[in-house]
Amino acid sequence: MAVDDAFDLNSPAEVAKALDDTGYLPDDGIATAAFLAMRMRRPLLCEGEPGTGKTALAQALATALGVDLIRLQCHEGIDAAQALYDWDFPRQLLHLRTLEAAAGGELDAESAESSLYTRRFLLARPLLRALQESPCVLLVDEIDRADDEFEAFLLEVLSEYAVTIPEFGVVSAAQPPIVVLTSNRTREVHDALKRRCLYHWLEHPDLEREVAILRRRLPGLDERLAEQVAATVQRMRQMDLLKPPGVAEALDWAQALQALGQDELDTETAATTLGAVLKYREDAERVRAAGVLTAER
Amino acid sequence: MHTVTGLVGFARALRHSGMACGPTRVQAFLAAVEQVGFDRDAVYWAGRLTLCSDPDDLPRYDAAFESWFGNAESSGEPVGRPLPRPAQIAALTGADGGPDEGEADRPLAAAASDAEVLRRRDLSELGVPEREHLRRMLAVLRPEPPSRPALRRRGSKRGALSSRATLREMLRSGGEPVRLRRQRRSRRPRRVVLLVDVSGSMSAYADALLRFAHVVVRRAPVSTEVFTLGTRMTRVSRQLRQRDPEAALLAASRAVPDFSGGTRLGETLRVFLDRWGQRGVARGAVVVLFSDGWERGDATELADQMRRLRRLARAVIWANPHAGHDGYQPVQSGIVAAMPHVDRMVAGHSLRSLEDVWSWVRRLSQPGAGGAKCEI
Repeated sequence: MAVDDAFDLNSPAEVAKALDDTGYLPDDGIATAAFLAMRMRRPLLCEGEPGTGKTALAQALATALGVDLIRLQCHEGIDAAQALYDWDFPRQLLHLRTLEAAAGGELDAESAESSLYTRRFLLARPLLRALQESPCVLLVDEIDRADDEFEAFLLEVLSEYAVTIPEFGVVSAAQPPIVVLTSNRTREVHDALKRRCLYHWLEHPDLEREVAILRRRLPGLDERLAEQVAATVQRMRQMDLLKPPGVAEALDWAQALQALGQDELDTETAATTLGAVLKYREDAERVRAAGVLTAER
Repeated sequence: MHTVTGLVGFARALRHSGMACGPTRVQAFLAAVEQVGFDRDAVYWAGRLTLCSDPDDLPRYDAAFESWFGNAESSGEPVGRPLPRPAQIAALTGADGGPDEGEADRPLAAAASDAEVLRRRDLSELGVPEREHLRRMLAVLRPEPPSRPALRRRGSKRGALSSRATLREMLRSGGEPVRLRRQRRSRRPRRVVLLVDVSGSMSAYADALLRFAHVVVRRAPVSTEVFTLGTRMTRVSRQLRQRDPEAALLAASRAVPDFSGGTRLGETLRVFLDRWGQRGVARGAVVVLFSDGWERGDATELADQMRRLRRLARAVIWANPHAGHDGYQPVQSGIVAAMPHVDRMVAGHSLRSLEDVWSWVRRLSQPGAGGAKCEI
């Protein structure tokens, strides 16, 4: 059990403690999910509203375990060359020319070719790096943006934790990296990938935990202000907004208020800093009209 | 051993409630429980992390967990087997076997012209045998999925130079650029979103429209999404991905709780945009809304949501069954409110007009198309 040796965490509670120490406050579900991902060597697929801490979880895990975080940001049209490895063409070409010059025109094509496909000219992209540098945390961010062919390809890499490079050989991880995949559900992730992963749906934190997160992430934040920000954000989430604020927005807002030297959320400052928390004009208008900013003062 | 039986039983009960948790998931569940222990909370999370795969699964999971582990005595409850799905293969053409064997001896030309007439008939006026025939015609429809230029490049005779392929070619000739390899943009499927109004006023069309949706989904399962709108919004893409049209339709109609109910188009459209559209399903997609525009709710809400949809989507097509009738005037409050935010208003009342809808979908998914004001 190499994983146990490297990451000496024996229960969800210990994982929770370790994450807590990095400033990420997990609930039972997140702690159990992270623990099982480590123990069962399964990728963890995190879905949930934007701003519930999916990406932050991977970062916190890496910090908590003291390993590198390797991030693969997915986008439409991403392919193996961008995710796994590529050959350094310009350098290969130079090398070829040098060989040619040195050999005085008498170049053996076969040996020239084999000298081109060596580690020297191999550009490791995130997936290959994760296999080479494991133990590490591999974050495959926004998998739902990639194409489904890419998903199938990823499935292969994640089930073997090894890749075959035709010109080079097999690269396999001595110890599987901890893999966190995130999805915003713009597209349904394929069942085959889901079956391979642990699945966790993240909710927005409750009031108490959100206050704790704000206080933890922004040292020196006034407690009353943290409570007011958290409460207001919670109430915004209950409204029908185009983009309900996530934890990240709550943090931004608190930070903005802090920067303005506020120790209390008054209607006026709340209205002027609303842009930190709401990103649509319609939402801001709706919140103002509903009197969310004025009540409870 | 007893606990394992209990856990497996729980997983089977879940499967019974409609969740897709196969043997690999159950295995993962047992392995997870082994890691975290048999504490009630631990079992809850172990199950949720391994057996669920969708936010829609969560309420079902919670309910099943409650009823299974809620009272300790319930583990003796009989666990039924999941019902085998009837393997119906719909007859595709009437040529061999099938209900209209009697027609086989009629001249082919007559049959063809019958089919042509049927293609133009209003879907709401069809009798039972005609509906049966229409089903088969729908089943053999092969709507070509629309595409758009992709980011990725592929080898091609013309286009930009490909350094990778050229270098490989050079290696073969010891370093001389003898042949230049080129590449150009490949194509990707364009996403299509079908929104089918299943309220009372559309009930005569709902079956045929969902069948049409099934045909489209089967052709391009990944890039097509189908939702029903009525008093609430339901996603039926998953159900419609099954091959057998009867099973798919049955599954879809089971999933839709509000068949033939009222219409609150504006509100349900907002739910669609909040939960799916804005996140990306409607982004850059061609959206087809099948509805007659009878809006019981507030028409301004519908206008707002249509504006929002139009901003997200590549193009919005409104297929209105009434638009195919003679002397139709767009006077329903919903239509009037939505008209300014629609790229194209088309009829959607017959098989012929559905094919027409599809040709618009293909046309509007090309770059540069769309944006034209709608005409009837």
